[in-house]
Amino acid sequence: MNIVRRLLSNWLPVYAVLYVAFLYLPILLLPIFSINQSAVPQFPLTGYTMKWYAGLPNTPELLSSAWNSLIVGLSASIVSTILGICAARAITRYRFRGQRVASGLIMAPLVLPEIIVAVSMLLVLLQLGVGLSLFTVILGHILICIPYSVTVLISGFEGFDRSLEEASADLGESAWGTFRRVTLPMVAPAIISSLLVSFTISLDEFILAFFLSGTEPTLPVYIWGQLRFAAKLPSVLALGTLLLLASFMMLSIAEILRRRAARRAQNEGGVYA
Amino acid sequence: MPETPMIKIDHVTRAYGAFKALDDASLTIQKGEFFSLLGPSGCGKTTLLRMIGGFDNPTSGTIYLDGQAMNGIPANRRPTNMVFQSYAIFPHLNVAQNVAYGLKRLRLDAVEEKRRVEEALGQVSMAHLGKRGATELSGGQRQRVALARALVMRPKVLLLDEPLSALDKKLREQMQVELRKLQQAVGITFILVTHDQYEALAMSDRIAVMFSGNIAQVATPKDIYQRPVNRQVADFVGGMNFVAAEIVGEDSGTITVETTSFGRVKTEKPVQFVTKGKAATLGIRPERLRVLWDDATDKYEIAGKVVDRHYFGEITHLIVEVPGMEQPLSVSETNNFGADDIPVGAPIRLAYDPDALVALAD
Ligand SMILES: Nc1ncnc2c1ncn2[C@@H]1O[C@H](COP(=O)(O)OP(=O)(O)O)[C@@H](O)[C@H]1O
Ligand SMILES: [Mg+2]
Repeated sequence: MNIVRRLLSNWLPVYAVLYVAFLYLPILLLPIFSINQSAVPQFPLTGYTMKWYAGLPNTPELLSSAWNSLIVGLSASIVSTILGICAARAITRYRFRGQRVASGLIMAPLVLPEIIVAVSMLLVLLQLGVGLSLFTVILGHILICIPYSVTVLISGFEGFDRSLEEASADLGESAWGTFRRVTLPMVAPAIISSLLVSFTISLDEFILAFFLSGTEPTLPVYIWGQLRFAAKLPSVLALGTLLLLASFMMLSIAEILRRRAARRAQNEGGVYA
Repeated sequence: MPETPMIKIDHVTRAYGAFKALDDASLTIQKGEFFSLLGPSGCGKTTLLRMIGGFDNPTSGTIYLDGQAMNGIPANRRPTNMVFQSYAIFPHLNVAQNVAYGLKRLRLDAVEEKRRVEEALGQVSMAHLGKRGATELSGGQRQRVALARALVMRPKVLLLDEPLSALDKKLREQMQVELRKLQQAVGITFILVTHDQYEALAMSDRIAVMFSGNIAQVATPKDIYQRPVNRQVADFVGGMNFVAAEIVGEDSGTITVETTSFGRVKTEKPVQFVTKGKAATLGIRPERLRVLWDDATDKYEIAGKVVDRHYFGEITHLIVEVPGMEQPLSVSETNNFGADDIPVGAPIRLAYDPDALVALAD
């Protein structure tokens, strides 16, 4: 027992450091090689340049795939957030039969292998005779974004004291006015946070987009296509760096907003303690 | 005070399935009255208050507000305002914005709105805290903001659901006094829900005592305390000694009973008194029994032995066994004369006023 504990306490920090390095070093390499002169991603570095970034706007396919990603991301995040609001409100406000089963099913896409989801969706869509397009990609992305939206929204809605809405009605406000002046401002951070998280997920998602997009690729699908050409690699690295930055920023903002919403709800509930 | 009804509860029932949270309750509350709904937890106080406020609807019966039937009129169109048990302060607004919330819909000009907000904050001694964020307030301050937010609407009736229960004892007693003063200053009808008998006694013009969905008695605090209609009310509002008695005479207004310890007593007959054979119960409050010191005597006295003693600072509770009585008497005596020094086991004589004995329905 003691030996195990000593081994653990000696080696656990080492393991942790190695793990983090393994996880993040490759990601750090991306921005480094993206500003390297040489087209071959290799040490030693040959010099600083921004030419790979400068070249990006002159690639029409890249621009159109970025535009596709934007459309898919916006649609998927808006729809999954609206559906998420309904689900989160039902889960936090009401107690109903089959509640646990329902929340379990909503969360399931989180753990289903994405490739299985992709293949099954493809089969169903083909059976139904729905042609592949950005629309089918949006459908797939809504499916995988909903669990994230619901999780973020539940943490924003939890602790939302029902009597706040009653107090608003008591002070003469209509149902719509109450929603606009009380409910919305209180859950707005969670809603924005849900939009950002689902947009980020949709932006990075590859497997579903690969299976379900027709002739209009999203950014990750475009990047994958470019990897076949060695000469294009630096541009891909530059593009990847930009995507990474965008994702990181959006997720950070989302987390800050989520925490702010949760803190607010907690303060409100605090009086009972 | 001229008696003009402000609220009339007319045979109101609220059922949840087979369970009746409120069972055929009828009640009239006068304009400008400080009225309390008193009863143990779960007796239906909140249910009734929420139906007056428009957050819930009677299963049957009608609630009239200032002569107008309120059936189907939602909370936002009733001339009532509520101070919620949780206070329900809007956390994303500051104190002044919370108070101004309901005024926004009235579209007052900015100067008038500001004046009314300041007036309301002044009434609850929060004038200097308008800019304070809602999440930076103490329990007592939240309570004041909730009060100001409701008062600023100048409602016909202010509803308060256990507004003081979240405060500590000292602050609670201070707020009882302030709330009562405030009600007298603004002259609005207040309906207070509470399970605290002392709170109800201290603040109200009249009290309705409720048990499991029924209104047991509606009366002034003094009558509730001195003339409870039945054992349940007597027991809930303060301590009470119960004495078994036998009915020996009865006319329309009074009954005469015979007891082993208190002799023959003639007392006023309570409203809901129903005789069941010859048995009856008399009640006497612990503080209406007085210790007779040394060789003092009284026209009405009773002798016994001290079997227990509880010290409460300004008073002492003596538990006194009396020959011929099943239950020992509880006596509450001030400590001015040394009641806290009477040894357990000592013989004791008690004086009482026969008017303090009340006949109780079971
Ligand atoms: N929505 C509801 N569904 C079922 N029972 C309820 C509901 N609301 C209240 N009750 C029941 O009605 C009774 C009275 O409740 P309430 O008016 O809140 O009591 P209190 O006197 O403590 O304020 C309680 O037994 C409570 O369990
Ligand atoms: Mg209650």
